[in-house]
Amino acid sequence: MLNRARPAHTSPTPVPSRRAFLGAAAAGAILIGFRLDPGGIARAASAAPDLSKVPAQPNAFVRIAADDTVTVIVKHLDMGQGNTTGLATILADELDADWSRVRTEFAPADAKLYGNLLMGPVQGTGGSTAIANSWFQLRKAGAAARAMLVSAAADRWKVPAAEIAVENGVVRHAASNQQARFGALAEAAAGLPVPQEPRLKDPSKWRLIGKRVPRLDSEAKTNGSAIYSLDIRRPGQVTAVVAHAPRFGATVKSVDDKAARAVPGVVDVVRIPTGVAVIAGDTWAAMKGREALKVTWDEGAAETRSSDTILAEYRDMAKRPGHVASERGDAEAGIRGAAKVLEAEFTFPYLAHASMEPLNATIEAAADGKSYDVFAGCQLQTVEQAVIAAVLGVTADKVRLHTQWAGGSFGRRATPGADYLAEAASILKAYGAKAPVHLVWTREDDMAGGYYRPSVLHKIRAGLDAKGAVTGWQHVMVGKSIMIGSPFEAMLVKNGVDATTVEGASDTAYALPAYRFEVHNAREGVPVLWWRSVGHTHTAQAMEVFVDELAAAAGVDPVAYRLSLLAQAPRLSGVLRLAAEKAGWSSREGGKGRGLGVAVHQSFGSYVAMVADVSAGEGKLKVNRIVAAVDVGTAVNPDVIHAQVEGAVGFALSSVLRNRITLKDGVVQERNFDAYEPTRMSEMPKVEVHIVPSDAAPTGIGEPGVPVLGPAISNAVFAATGRRLRSLPLDTTALQGA
Amino acid sequence: MLKISVNGTSHEIEADPDMPLLWVLRDRLDLTGTKYGCGIAQCGACTVHLDGQPVRSCQTRIGDVGEARITTIEGVDDRVAQAVQGAWRKLDVVQCGYCQSGQIMSAIGLLSTNPKPSDGDIDGAMDGNICRCGTYQRIRAAIHEAARSLA
Repeated sequence: MLNRARPAHTSPTPVPSRRAFLGAAAAGAILIGFRLDPGGIARAASAAPDLSKVPAQPNAFVRIAADDTVTVIVKHLDMGQGNTTGLATILADELDADWSRVRTEFAPADAKLYGNLLMGPVQGTGGSTAIANSWFQLRKAGAAARAMLVSAAADRWKVPAAEIAVENGVVRHAASNQQARFGALAEAAAGLPVPQEPRLKDPSKWRLIGKRVPRLDSEAKTNGSAIYSLDIRRPGQVTAVVAHAPRFGATVKSVDDKAARAVPGVVDVVRIPTGVAVIAGDTWAAMKGREALKVTWDEGAAETRSSDTILAEYRDMAKRPGHVASERGDAEAGIRGAAKVLEAEFTFPYLAHASMEPLNATIEAAADGKSYDVFAGCQLQTVEQAVIAAVLGVTADKVRLHTQWAGGSFGRRATPGADYLAEAASILKAYGAKAPVHLVWTREDDMAGGYYRPSVLHKIRAGLDAKGAVTGWQHVMVGKSIMIGSPFEAMLVKNGVDATTVEGASDTAYALPAYRFEVHNAREGVPVLWWRSVGHTHTAQAMEVFVDELAAAAGVDPVAYRLSLLAQAPRLSGVLRLAAEKAGWSSREGGKGRGLGVAVHQSFGSYVAMVADVSAGEGKLKVNRIVAAVDVGTAVNPDVIHAQVEGAVGFALSSVLRNRITLKDGVVQERNFDAYEPTRMSEMPKVEVHIVPSDAAPTGIGEPGVPVLGPAISNAVFAATGRRLRSLPLDTTALQGA
Repeated sequence: MLKISVNGTSHEIEADPDMPLLWVLRDRLDLTGTKYGCGIAQCGACTVHLDGQPVRSCQTRIGDVGEARITTIEGVDDRVAQAVQGAWRKLDVVQCGYCQSGQIMSAIGLLSTNPKPSDGDIDGAMDGNICRCGTYQRIRAAIHEAARSLA
């Protein structure tokens, strides 16, 4: 622990076979228990490990230096969600550390020490699990380290440990009037045995958890000193820019690199599996070199359809029987006997993550020539290590990952095939590892490079009886599964149903007496991936807009209608009531171009309700205000939770208003922020966040703010104009004349 | 050979005059606080000051800089800059933080010419700076906070 230079990580990392990660065949035994499952917590609750049984490992998670600095080792990627502050808060509170002396450091890749306890023996960040999986682990680590400091002081002062108090980085024995700062005791404490069941604090004793503590990354991120992956500068490094195929699935047929090699600064041009890399002394030269490159592509296996065509095929597929994801009662019979039947279709486009920092990585061979160092915004370390090792023909323990600050991710940096990191390794290999290689994707590469939120179609039919109660609900969904075709298919796809695709709908908390959910898995060449809140990005829109339609058809207030279906879901009801109360729901006035709309949804074990206040009509839509209520169990950092919900609104708003990735004959049309424009300052509504007090174990908030925004706005547009805009992005041209 | 002045220090740069200032700063001078986001002046992540005025360094040819004083996030230290950075920290504006150098450079530019900006003024000055994490509410509050502390 405590004063050791680096955390001990001598335990060998399991080395997955190349076949397990890269092959299309079933994954190897090493992956058993691997739940690469961004929706993990709620879904896997029954199978989830008892996190409170995790051993106390202070040596892995905290280091105390002679100058009193407490360094918390962060096993997760911080892509903006503030988990460095959150994870440090948990450990520092149990340690009774002085917050002003707390620092963080990203952990090396080591699945055994730093695995995500909700993903099995895999180190990775996703599914809003960082705080949730670390809660007991870091409390125990902090409490054990505190107990060791106390023991060291007791030995030194020859006083009973029970009489020693610790506060704010100072260990004190009042009776003998002795005290010492952490740094003075660290070395002695490090030699003591680690208590395996250290006593955890009673919540009434928390000094940091649940309070506002300053973010640990604010200073470095406001003076230009924070080093992101793209800022890595290794001695002698070269920069690579890659010419990628214009259509997904195309491969290089031939290359004429004469003009590219003549560009000043270009040092080499190499062929790699994903295209042709131009290597140069700096980024600008590499970009100019790529412009001069002439590549002929073999498009025999390429995706050449347009997004319209793909969507039309979804509509055909929806007419045929699909895989049944869930079923209770006889939905068809319920609809047949209904007094009123409603039908709706929802469509969703592909979406790019569009993180502000485009994908990039730096990789170099170590002096021994047999091992490698990688500097990147590593999000799925165990997979990334294995993939890079396979490309370079070494075992995973020969690949050291140095995780850097990431300029956003929203899921994009975690790919089952570690795509851009494999590309960086391929370039290093093709270049003969003559120098460190800094791979840079331009904005256009990043946006047109695939791994999108899938395009999705939902079709719903439901019946109501004379009193407006649901008699049956039939739901059909079509889209490309994220997991089918990935190395994780065998584990995560059951009976044709990919849980990451149907989550939030097939497992709805609404008490529907008869419900049937079918899914069709489209096959297409467009690579798809989780995008901040994964399946919930579309299922919440379909469920929450359609429930609103049922409420309207039943002539019941939308909040009251939902509450009547959520009698068995107290935490959902709780956030719904709170958001409605804070937004002034009961005294609202609808119509005349202004309205309030509501949505409530559970994702990743957290519960969020939003009320949107919009002005709409004459083809225009302005979101004025969002009131959110969240229940995330224990709120570790209330201010970070506020920030994540505010940010979820800013992030998701442009996907509600306009963002879409479209394919024309297989070619992505939107390639930069001019055509795929994120939310801007003048569009940002006022966001108000309310946290439900709770003493349950904490769950995540990186994603759960996203799903409810679209339906809350759609439902507000209906309240303002009487027009239903179902699909995303919202078609505001349908508000002409409204 | 081009001679430029960055954060009060002059540098001689051997570069194609077409090379964007952004890449000169990042790749030649290792001043990586200025960020690459889009390369087409749509996002503002690369914002620096030329003689105190915010410009997009991705669309500024190094050959056009001439004798203008270049200031990057690493070099701002006047009263306005301190107020802006202090407000950003006080309100914990940042999330991923990647765009924030550019946001701060735009905000300093705004407050240097308009010490008491309205919400409309903030929209006008800041609409060119994208924050994908959506920290706009806190950016707005921090600009007002900085204006108060400068009053």
